[in-house]
Amino acid sequence: MTSANQIRMPAGGASASPAGPHKAGRASARRADNRRKWYEIIGLTTPAVLIYVMFVLVPMGFAVYYSLFRWRGVGPPTEFVGLRNYTLAFQDPIFLDALRNNAIIVFGSLLIQGPIALGVALLLNRRFRGRAVFRLLVFVPYVLAEVTVGIMWKLLLTGGGTVDALLRSLGLGSLVQAWLADLDLVIWTLLAVLTWKYVGFAIILLLAGLSNVPDELTEAAAIDGASWWQIQRHVTIPLLGPTIRIWMFLSMIGSLQIFDMIWVTSVPAVRSLGASATMATYMVDNGFFARLWGYGNAVAVILFVISFVAALLFQRFLLRRDIDGAITGRAK
Amino acid sequence: MATKQRRSAVLALLMTGVLVVAGCSGGDEEAAPQGELYKDPVTLTWWHNAPQDGPGKTYWEKVAKDFSALHPTVKIEIEAIETNQLQRTRIPAALLSNDPPDIFMTWGGGEMTEQVEADYLKDVTDQVKTEVASIGSAAEIWQVKGKQYGLPYRMGVEGLWYNKDMFAQVGIAAPPTTFEELNAAVAKLKAINVVPIAVGAGDKWPAAHWWYNMALRACSVDTLKKASTDKVFDDPCFVKAGQDLKAFIDTKPFQDNFIATPGQNDPTSANGMLANGKAAMELMGDWNRGTLDTVATDKAKLASFLGWFPVPAITGSPGDPKAALGGGDGFSCSKNAPAECVEFLKYLLSPEVQQGYAETGTGLPVVKGTDAAVKDPALKSILESTSSASYVQLWLDTAYGSTVGTAMNDAVVAIFAGNGTPEKVVSAMKAAASK
Repeated sequence: MTSANQIRMPAGGASASPAGPHKAGRASARRADNRRKWYEIIGLTTPAVLIYVMFVLVPMGFAVYYSLFRWRGVGPPTEFVGLRNYTLAFQDPIFLDALRNNAIIVFGSLLIQGPIALGVALLLNRRFRGRAVFRLLVFVPYVLAEVTVGIMWKLLLTGGGTVDALLRSLGLGSLVQAWLADLDLVIWTLLAVLTWKYVGFAIILLLAGLSNVPDELTEAAAIDGASWWQIQRHVTIPLLGPTIRIWMFLSMIGSLQIFDMIWVTSVPAVRSLGASATMATYMVDNGFFARLWGYGNAVAVILFVISFVAALLFQRFLLRRDIDGAITGRAK
Repeated sequence: MATKQRRSAVLALLMTGVLVVAGCSGGDEEAAPQGELYKDPVTLTWWHNAPQDGPGKTYWEKVAKDFSALHPTVKIEIEAIETNQLQRTRIPAALLSNDPPDIFMTWGGGEMTEQVEADYLKDVTDQVKTEVASIGSAAEIWQVKGKQYGLPYRMGVEGLWYNKDMFAQVGIAAPPTTFEELNAAVAKLKAINVVPIAVGAGDKWPAAHWWYNMALRACSVDTLKKASTDKVFDDPCFVKAGQDLKAFIDTKPFQDNFIATPGQNDPTSANGMLANGKAAMELMGDWNRGTLDTVATDKAKLASFLGWFPVPAITGSPGDPKAALGGGDGFSCSKNAPAECVEFLKYLLSPEVQQGYAETGTGLPVVKGTDAAVKDPALKSILESTSSASYVQLWLDTAYGSTVGTAMNDAVVAIFAGNGTPEKVVSAMKAAASK
C-alpha cells in the first residue's frame, strides 16, 4: 500500500504545480491525511487478516490440496489421484445416507423449530406473571454444552432407561422404542433431541425481534379493531421477517455442519451403518479412524462447498433485503 | 480506491506468507547429537493411554519417578491420552508435524509397518536383544522386516469372560470347548432369564472380534499369515467365517438392541452387564479384568464369580483349535529421540517394572518370570492359554491396518445389524485395500 501511494504522489504533485504553492500545500496535507488513514487501516486490520488467513484460508487450501491425494497420513502425500476421492465419496452409500440425514436435520429443524419458536415467542411476548422465569427456562437447553446434552439424552434414551420407564409408568408401554438402536428411527430421535436443544435459541432470537416491533403499530391496529390474532398475523409476524430469515440461515448452516451431538449420542456402529451419520461424522470416521486422510479431506471440501453454496443462495434470494449490498455487491 | 484495497490485501497476504515460512523453518533444528548416555540433562516426553485415575495411571507415574531417581539427568514428562484419541489423531498428527513424543504407544501390525516405512520409529534391534529373548514370540508383533521397532509391555489372548455362579446355577459343569457346547450353554442360560452373551456391538470392534475368531477357526494359519502380509483375502475361509458368524447370531445369544450397546466404560455397556450380573458371558481381551472393575457396583462379588475360558473350537473346521487371537500394548521410541529413550524402554521391560505392572492387575506382563505376580484366577488362565497357544494371531484390524480394519469391522457390524452378508465383508476388505 505504501508503494501505491508513492507511485501516485509524483503524479499528484505534477498536476498540482500550475495552480501554485497554495494548492500544493493543501494537497500534501490531504496526502498526509490519506497516508495516516491507510496506516490506521493496515495497523488495525492486519492482526485480524493474519489470523483469518492462517486459520481459515491456509487450512482450506491445504484441505483442497490433500483431497487430491491417496494419503494415509503417514509421511508426505505423494500419490496424486485427481478427483478420485470425490468420485469414491459419491459412490459410497453411507456417504449418501449422511447427505440424506443432513437434509432431514436441515429441513426438520426449520419445519419443527420454526412454528414452535414463533408460537412460544408470541406467547412470551405478552405480559404475565413469571414471564422472566419462563424465558430463562426456555433458553436453558441452548446454554448447556452440546456434549453434556448428548450424554444426558443418551442415558435417558438407552434401552430400559428413564424415557422407557416413564412411558411404562404412564401406561404407554406400547410406545417404548429402541430409540437409539432402531436404524430407521434413530435419526428422528436425534432430530427430536436437536429440536429440544435449539428451539430455545430460535425463541430468544424471535423475542429480540419482537422487542423491535413498535408498540405504536400494534396499538394502532388494536384501535382499528383488529383482534390479537389479526395483529400477530398482519403486523407482528411480517415485521419479524428479517429475524426469522436470519434464524433460518443460522439453523441451516448449523444443521449442515452438525457433529458433536450425533457423535456423542449415537454409537459408532449405528453411525457407520449410515443410520445416524452426518457429513461431519462421516468425515471423522473415515479420515481419522479408517485413516483415509486424503479421502477425509475430500469429504471436508464437499461439506464446505455444500455449506458455502447453500449460504450464498440463501443470502442471494432470502436475505437480500436484510443485508443489501454487503454480500450481493449491489450497494445503493 | 478498489485497486488500492486489493493491493493492500495482497501485501497483507505476503506478510502472512513470510511469517508462515519463518514459523515453519523454526522446527528444523532437531536431531540433537546423541552424546554419552546420562551426560547432558534430557527431557523425555511419554504418551500412554491410561488417563483415568486408577492403578494404571498411578503406576506409570511411579515408574517415571523411579527412573528419574536412578538417572537424575533424565526428566520424564507424561501425557496420558484416551486410546482412540491417542492412536487416531494425536500420534499421527505429532509424527506428521515432526514433533513427536520421544516414547509413545504402538500396537504393531499394519499401522506400525507404515510408520516404519515413513521412517518415524527408532530401530532398537541391537539394544533390546535381552528383552526380546525374555518376551519370546510376542515381540515379533513389534518387528518390521526382522527389525525391532518397539516392545510390548502387555500381551494376552482373548476369550470368554463368564459368570461362574450363573453357569453353576444352570448346571454347566465345565466351560464349553466347542461351539455345540456353547450353544447348549446359551440355551440353558436363556431359561433363567439372563443375557447369555453380552456384546458391545455399538463400538464395532467387540462385534468384529466374533468374526475374527470365526476366521481363526475357519482359516489355516498359513492363510492368516499371508492375509496379514499381502492383504489377500481370496481364500473361501473368509466367507465361511461370516457364514459361521451369521449362523451363531441366528441362535440369538446376545442381548436385545446390541447394535447400540457400548463395549466398556459405563454401566449400560457390555462390560457393565457382565460385571453387574445381567449377562453371563462376554468375549474380550485380557485388559477386561481392569475395565470390568471400573464399572462393577460390587467389586468383591465380581471377583468371586468371574472366570475365563478360551474361545471354543468349531468341529470340522480346518483352523487350528489351539490358535488364539491376541494383541497387546507396546512402546516405541521416535526416530530422533535421545538415546536415553531406549534405556527407558528397556527399564519398562525390566522384571521389576513388569512385576509391578502385573500387580496392578490392569493387564498381563510379557517378561518371563513375572507370572507369579499375577494373582487373579481369570488372568492366570489367560496366561496359561497365551503360553500354550500354538499360534497367536494379532487382532485382525490391527494386523491389516486401520483402512482395511475399519471396512472389515463395519461390514461385520452390518451382519450383526441384519443387513450385511458374509460375501460383503470380503468385498469391503478388498475395496478398502485399494482405497
